[in-house]
Amino acid sequence: MRKGVEIEVKGLGFYYSGGVHALKNISLPVYRNSVVALIGPSGCGKTTLLRCFNRMHDLYPGNRYVGEILFKDIDILSKEVDLIDLRSRIGMVFQKPTPFPMSIFDNIAYGLKLKGIRKRSELAERVEKALRHAALWDEVKDKLSSSAYTLSGGQQQRLVIARALAVEPEVLLFDEPTSALDPISTAKIEELAVELKKEITIIIVTHNMQQAARISDWTGFLMLGELIEFDRTDKIFTNPSQKLTEDYITGRFG
Amino acid sequence: MPVRDEELKLLNEHLLQMAGLVERSIRDSIRSLTERDSTLARKVIEEDHKINTYDVKIDEECIRLLALKQPMGKDLRFITTAMKITTDLERIADNAVNIAERALELNEEPLLKPYIDIPRMREIAQGMIRDAINAFINEDKKLAMDVIMRDDEVDDLNQMVFEELMFIMTQDPSTVSRAIKISFVSKYLERIADHATNIAEMVVYMVEGRIIRHMVPNEIETS
Repeated sequence: MRKGVEIEVKGLGFYYSGGVHALKNISLPVYRNSVVALIGPSGCGKTTLLRCFNRMHDLYPGNRYVGEILFKDIDILSKEVDLIDLRSRIGMVFQKPTPFPMSIFDNIAYGLKLKGIRKRSELAERVEKALRHAALWDEVKDKLSSSAYTLSGGQQQRLVIARALAVEPEVLLFDEPTSALDPISTAKIEELAVELKKEITIIIVTHNMQQAARISDWTGFLMLGELIEFDRTDKIFTNPSQKLTEDYITGRFG
Repeated sequence: MPVRDEELKLLNEHLLQMAGLVERSIRDSIRSLTERDSTLARKVIEEDHKINTYDVKIDEECIRLLALKQPMGKDLRFITTAMKITTDLERIADNAVNIAERALELNEEPLLKPYIDIPRMREIAQGMIRDAINAFINEDKKLAMDVIMRDDEVDDLNQMVFEELMFIMTQDPSTVSRAIKISFVSKYLERIADHATNIAEMVVYMVEGRIIRHMVPNEIETS
């Protein structure tokens, strides 16, 4: 794998169980400690692509992948991959905040307990670290035993990010993480993404093009299951190579 | 996510560096004339590409920030102002190159007369540029207005130089070639002061959001 590349997608194709050919021969590098944005009109395959990175499609029978997604020393698409382990290394944050119906503390501790961490002091330490990482600690440190549902939408989303961070993933997948949030909460999540890339790699799907421009280092533009263009974000948004990309970012369609 | 302060600071620094080069270019171009130093004139011409490089670099940086950060309010005015300022600075430098080119020609001929008003014009124009840039950096509207007022002094001096040279030419046709070149130099300095005025006007826009270009002085005060 090339130097500095965290994940290498090679000739990836994807078919939904009904036979829909949703991704066609996608190849792209995901560089370590960068933010990669996937953009494109509805139905272009950006979320389908994102879900390949931690095999979310395996939740439904009959879906089929072709090609390779190389991650460090493994092929993510290989049958031998332990999906529980994979999903703790490559975490996911969804469009709507998905806190568990339990306390703020237990939301974060949940994944750690699954990993076999039982010692109260270590749990407390790692919960605090994760909450600090997600820029939520100061807002919740005095109410860790309150229900996660007492938090605002933006705080819940940062809680979910903290929960993903607690198990120390190498990559985080963001699936339109701010589409249900107000502008202030959105700005906080965006700042957070830029902050987090110092330690991890982030792949984000967003239909807010401006968001892709603001926070990503690399952008992939997809249409009808094909990767039309993949380049540095400043290149994509100031002088894309493909006319289709130009037409999309200037609002000519999509 | 807002435009980061360090990005704006970097833009500021690049503009300051460019303005420093431009000021030096004007000073050296006039010195190459008054001290009849053709080596210095050639240096001004050769080093102009450094200023052009800054012009392109700052423009690219501004375009990048506009496209990626979607700046609003004061940040938007700052970045668009920076883009326009570099255009003026670059043209000022082109005028300095023109002065150096005339100096190279004039230095080959006998001195027509001692240069008195030209260095004076240079001093005012260069001060205008420095203050216009300082007004930009410090968001100092008062200083910007002061720069705008000084433009008349340079215009008046240019007119005086021109009339004096006209008189010399009518007295002795053998002076025509040199006198025309000197009047060009005077005109270049007058243009430089105009560009400094443009910069100052854009600073007022940046600070207040008010476009004062093409207004006469009492309109500026009362609008």
